[in-house]
Amino acid sequence: MLKINNLHVKLEEEDKQILKGVDLEVPAGAVHAIMGPNGSGKSTLSYVLSGKDGYVVTEGSATLEGQDLLDLEPDERAAAGLFLAFQYPVEIPGVGNMTFLRTALNSQRKARGEEELSATDFLKMIREKAKALKIDAEMLKRPVNVGFSGGEKKRNEILQMAMLEPRMCILDETDSGLDVDAMKLVSEGVNALRDKGRAFLVITHYQRLLDHIKPDVVHIMADGRIVKSGGPELALEVEHNGYAGILAEMA
Amino acid sequence: MMAQALEKPDALALRLDGAGLPEGGAWITEARKAALTRLEAMGLPGRRDEYWRFTRPDSLNAADPAPAAMLPQDDEAPVFHAIDRLKIVFVDGVFDPAQSDPLDMAGIEIERLADAARTDIHWARDVYGVLEARGQTPVARPFGALNTAYASDGVMIRVTGKAARPVSLIYRHENATSDAVLHHVVKLEAGADLTLLEDGPAAARFNNVLEVEVADGAAFHHVRAQGRDHERQAVTHIFTRLGTESVFKSFTLTVNGRLTRNECVIEMLGDDAVAHVAGAAMGDGDFHHDDTVFVTHDAQRCESRQVFKKVLRNGAVGVFQGKILVKPDAQKTDGYQKSQSLLLDEDSTFLAKPELEIYADDVVCSHGSTSGAIDETALFYLRSRGMPEHIATDLLVLAFLADTIEEIEDEAIADDITGRLDAWLKRRRG
Repeated sequence: MLKINNLHVKLEEEDKQILKGVDLEVPAGAVHAIMGPNGSGKSTLSYVLSGKDGYVVTEGSATLEGQDLLDLEPDERAAAGLFLAFQYPVEIPGVGNMTFLRTALNSQRKARGEEELSATDFLKMIREKAKALKIDAEMLKRPVNVGFSGGEKKRNEILQMAMLEPRMCILDETDSGLDVDAMKLVSEGVNALRDKGRAFLVITHYQRLLDHIKPDVVHIMADGRIVKSGGPELALEVEHNGYAGILAEMA
Repeated sequence: MMAQALEKPDALALRLDGAGLPEGGAWITEARKAALTRLEAMGLPGRRDEYWRFTRPDSLNAADPAPAAMLPQDDEAPVFHAIDRLKIVFVDGVFDPAQSDPLDMAGIEIERLADAARTDIHWARDVYGVLEARGQTPVARPFGALNTAYASDGVMIRVTGKAARPVSLIYRHENATSDAVLHHVVKLEAGADLTLLEDGPAAARFNNVLEVEVADGAAFHHVRAQGRDHERQAVTHIFTRLGTESVFKSFTLTVNGRLTRNECVIEMLGDDAVAHVAGAAMGDGDFHHDDTVFVTHDAQRCESRQVFKKVLRNGAVGVFQGKILVKPDAQKTDGYQKSQSLLLDEDSTFLAKPELEIYADDVVCSHGSTSGAIDETALFYLRSRGMPEHIATDLLVLAFLADTIEEIEDEAIADDITGRLDAWLKRRRG
């Protein structure tokens, strides 16, 4: 599904290399996790994949089912099936959550040459999906993320994911700012979307999210590279020994 | 100063081109003569006038209007089409009874200015030109006086109860060189309630005055759409005077137009009155839009709001001149003023001049003026969800304008305005 080859990325504004040769392959149906200390380049990887300005790819490639991602505009990447659940979901005053979701969904459908969803079908769909995430009608009516609690914002991200039905989901520190109950709710939302045609890349500092969203493979990222990969037990090792322990062990 | 004073009457003489005042009964002839005297004393505006520094009055000063192409007829439904309303149609500034509804509604008297003007005495004489004259100090508004002197059409509306439906003034433009001058008077008696709608391109050049007397406990709602006509040259004035516990709310949507100057002069004379004036403007290219507002607080515990937002691109120019004057006895005044622009490129200009002049000591008054580009973080968020850049930008434009539209109290009318903006943005994209 997602193939990243020797990806090198630097900041546009200053000569600072952030990613220094990332290699990663996430097959369809799989859940991969990326863990790593602060500043290792995890979030940069998610931004570069989704097309945020401010980064320059100096070497390497990233493809989604064979399609070159790096050449596409952010909206084209979304239409191709990529979704990033933001670490800090953006508040957009004046844009209703429903309008936002419907415009996004229909833009993607249009880009893929599919018929736009009617207002009735859209309502039906969103009511059903919102219910599972305990998002009430009031929250759907409010402007996007405005006045939402940390947990509500993350649930709203998962709702968007459920509505847009991407093939490749990247979750950037979705556990940050969540209490235990909210984490459970969000994880259930993610698990409900697990499917043999869909892949997940879960970026997190902590092992605890991975108790709820069980990964097939765990990667450790440090200083702009994937330095170690393994099974779910790698996450437990991080929990017990810390990143310093793992990195020291490798040195 | 002397040179300027000597120059001005010449420019005015050229502008008036020997035109005589319209014929009429005693009361209106007196009002027109007085307005002409005021106009002669102040002269036409020049660039040195403090309130015309940001807007060139040349095309308004010219003897004849520059010809303006009519907006092509198309399949777009007219503004407010789904709103149940009493329609009054003017074509190039002349009342058209054939296209208008009968001027007949419970709790309200509507009369054509031309008819009212023929009488020797009329209730409108307490308002016609009276509010305009009060609005001439401390800032001169020559096109207001010119309008009072020369307007030959318009409507006189007297409201005694709650009007069952809005009155809708529709301005059609069918003659490429028309120079329309309309003057409307609205008098709301104590406790009365009226919504007034205005829309349409009106003429090649349009001078519109609306005088609104809002008596104690009365409520006046005004929603205006200045639509897609690219070649609009318009100067409009609202002069209003508010009684105790009365409400005045006005919203204007302005899209396109070479020159649009909307002045609103509000005098709060009764305690506990509320006045909100809001505007949303969207300009692309050859667009100059000017909102000039003057709110005088001369009573206690009144609330005033000015909320103006402009979206500008391709060299469009937006102007905001807003003033709040709080007189010495207007204690517990709550005055607020907001003017913001969203500049979609580096070629566009926003000029803002907020002014507060406060002589009472127990008041809350503030203003905020900002200019900014589109929020890149929000734009990326929307695009990452699959919206192409232009669609995401349009959504943020609508979001930026949303709190001006929230000033419209009637939900159906607010929805109509939002739908209109949305449709016009889509049309722009083609």
